[in-house]
Amino acid sequence: MKNYVLSLLVENNSGVLSRVSGLFSRRGYNITSLSVGETENKNISRMTIVVFADEPTLEQIKKQLNKLINTIKITEFDYSNSIQRELILVKVKSSAKNRYQIIDVAGIFGAKIIDVISDEITLELTENENKIRSFIELLKPFGIIEFVRSGITGIEKKSI
Amino acid sequence: MKVSDAICKFFETKNVEYVFGYPGGALLPMYESFRHSNFKHILVRNEQGAVHSASGYARISGKVGVCIATSGPGATNLITGIATAYMDSIPIVAITGQVNTEAIGKDSFQEADITGATEPFTKHNYLVKDPNDILRVLKEAFFIASSGRPGPVLIDIPRNVQDAHIDFDLSKEINILGYKPTTDGHSGQIKKIIQRIKKANRPLIYVGGGVFSAKATKELREFVKITKIPLVNTMMGLGAFPMDSPYYGGMVGFHGNEHSELILKEADLVLIIGARMSDRATMNFSSFKTDTDLIHIDIDPAEIGKNVVNQIPIVGDAKNILNSLNKKISTLKIEDWLNKVNDIKTFTENFVTTNTKTINPKIALRLLSSISPNDTIITADVGQNQIWAAKNFKYYGDRRYLTSGGLGTMGYSLSASIGAKLASPNREVICVTGDGGIQMLLAELGTLAESKAKVIILLFNNSALGMVKELQEKKYGKNAPFGIDYDLSPDFVKIAKAFSLSGERVYSNANLNKVYQKALSSEKSFLIECIVDKDFGTL
Ligand SMILES: Cc1ncc(C[n+]2csc(CCOP(=O)(O)OP(=O)(O)O)c2C)c(N)n1
Repeated sequence: MKNYVLSLLVENNSGVLSRVSGLFSRRGYNITSLSVGETENKNISRMTIVVFADEPTLEQIKKQLNKLINTIKITEFDYSNSIQRELILVKVKSSAKNRYQIIDVAGIFGAKIIDVISDEITLELTENENKIRSFIELLKPFGIIEFVRSGITGIEKKSI
Repeated sequence: MKVSDAICKFFETKNVEYVFGYPGGALLPMYESFRHSNFKHILVRNEQGAVHSASGYARISGKVGVCIATSGPGATNLITGIATAYMDSIPIVAITGQVNTEAIGKDSFQEADITGATEPFTKHNYLVKDPNDILRVLKEAFFIASSGRPGPVLIDIPRNVQDAHIDFDLSKEINILGYKPTTDGHSGQIKKIIQRIKKANRPLIYVGGGVFSAKATKELREFVKITKIPLVNTMMGLGAFPMDSPYYGGMVGFHGNEHSELILKEADLVLIIGARMSDRATMNFSSFKTDTDLIHIDIDPAEIGKNVVNQIPIVGDAKNILNSLNKKISTLKIEDWLNKVNDIKTFTENFVTTNTKTINPKIALRLLSSISPNDTIITADVGQNQIWAAKNFKYYGDRRYLTSGGLGTMGYSLSASIGAKLASPNREVICVTGDGGIQMLLAELGTLAESKAKVIILLFNNSALGMVKELQEKKYGKNAPFGIDYDLSPDFVKIAKAFSLSGERVYSNANLNKVYQKALSSEKSFLIECIVDKDFGTL
């Protein structure tokens, strides 16, 4: 079992998201994340879905998604054919003493400092999943108050 | 033109003969338009009956079945029937009325989110908010319901949309970006299949209901005639191949024939055609040896590899694929295998004629089978009666067996028989049912009477919910029946008569023939109530 990233082009109308997510819950597929937004064509949306599955299940997921009348195309992404990004907003405890250490970590990852109050710093980072994971690890010792992740979104490098 | 009139006009272009339905406030414009249309409206007693009737109609006519219900409770009453059609891949377009567009989403009177509710078991559904969408939606709905793997499509139409005015223009071609079913089998795969079949020593065909959806029974028979490969079927595939043929190996599955499972076990190649390998049909799938090769032909790619791992998948319409195969294949040298199949068949076919004081349903069905016209249509309900009808009626010629195979919906048989008879008025239709099943939608006897369709109802009254009783006894012992007896069973013959149908009660097989002849020559639908011992077993 591992995570697979599926990119779906779907018709942009109400009900599509419910059909897709309903299919996952109904058939007992594990969904790790799902992000969705309009494409350059306002009638079409792109959904990026990360699923945790074994290979035969992944095959079924793709086939079942394909059966939905609103699904136009499904692509399976891997790191070589796609660019994948996720946005994270994270709020960390900070004291006058360690503030600069946190800013250092942000600097290493190219994260933005969005908000600083007396004992908290909020950072923003857009990166791939691995970088985001390390980012969280490095911030943990300072004390993470909360974070929110957007779920992965992605684009093919070059359509073949 | 008013949208409701446009819908009628559209139905006429699709040669819709019957709309099975039930009116309501949210359908007033539709019914007013129906009044002036030239198809017939069959007023059912419960909306569930409307879908089942449409389903029986669709299965026999090969066309899309149409049903209609009002908003809210009317729409929710359709749900069981829609789910039933979905599981058996029956092409149906269900129209539901909806509250006015501005009232949607406010828990208005008789509002129900029916598109949301039916999402898991419709092939697709629509809520039409813009009147200008209606013709596109109708065109798409009929196309989606009847193409690829058939299934039910629901269209929810607010009352004010029904009243709106539009141009009736059907010229615009539909183009559903995400829906392009593959109908021709891939030529490379076809070549591969032929090579594999030629190498097989003990090949076997395994047929499901998809062969009917694809209207491929003729091609299937041709394929067997050329190749001489024996065949088994699932319950849904019953009747796709004549049972009196030496190539026929019986029915597989939970309640199937013992010999079919043995034959399956022996095969070294199984050619699955239009079967979804459901858990009921494959319960004995340990029967498959691990080195048995599978070829799976299905129009729905998601069925291939879902439950059984297959060697050679081929996506497409069974009729097209069989046609391609028939052109390229030749007779196999498998006489030994065929002899073996027939040995297994004769060896295990042990029909015991236990004498009972009351009707023995197995003997009864064998008797009726032998004296019914060859193209008789059987609808069966769910329970023991369904298995008795599947295994003791003989299916050959154009004889068809209609039942709720996937969902196992009690109450199906009576309504389906009405639709089947309307679709094919010249064929005999026998509705087999139990005392439980018929009471699910008992009032549909009224629909039957009013529709003037003539059906023979063969009711096996064992004064219990027989199949569940059996299961209970098996699991909890003989002395623990609970919730499976009706303390008070009605007089079914009187009820039939109250609905102005004919009927007679029969207590012994000796008298059945006489009553059956009466039923056959009766003008009206005729209910034969067969009294059966409570403990009469399924198998
Ligand atoms: C709508 C519905 N409810 C419950 C069941 C469960 N069920 C399966 S068979 C059966 C008994 C059917 O009894 P009856 O109609 O008398 O037929 P018999 O088995 O006696 O032939 C029941 C309750 C079902 N299949 N469908």
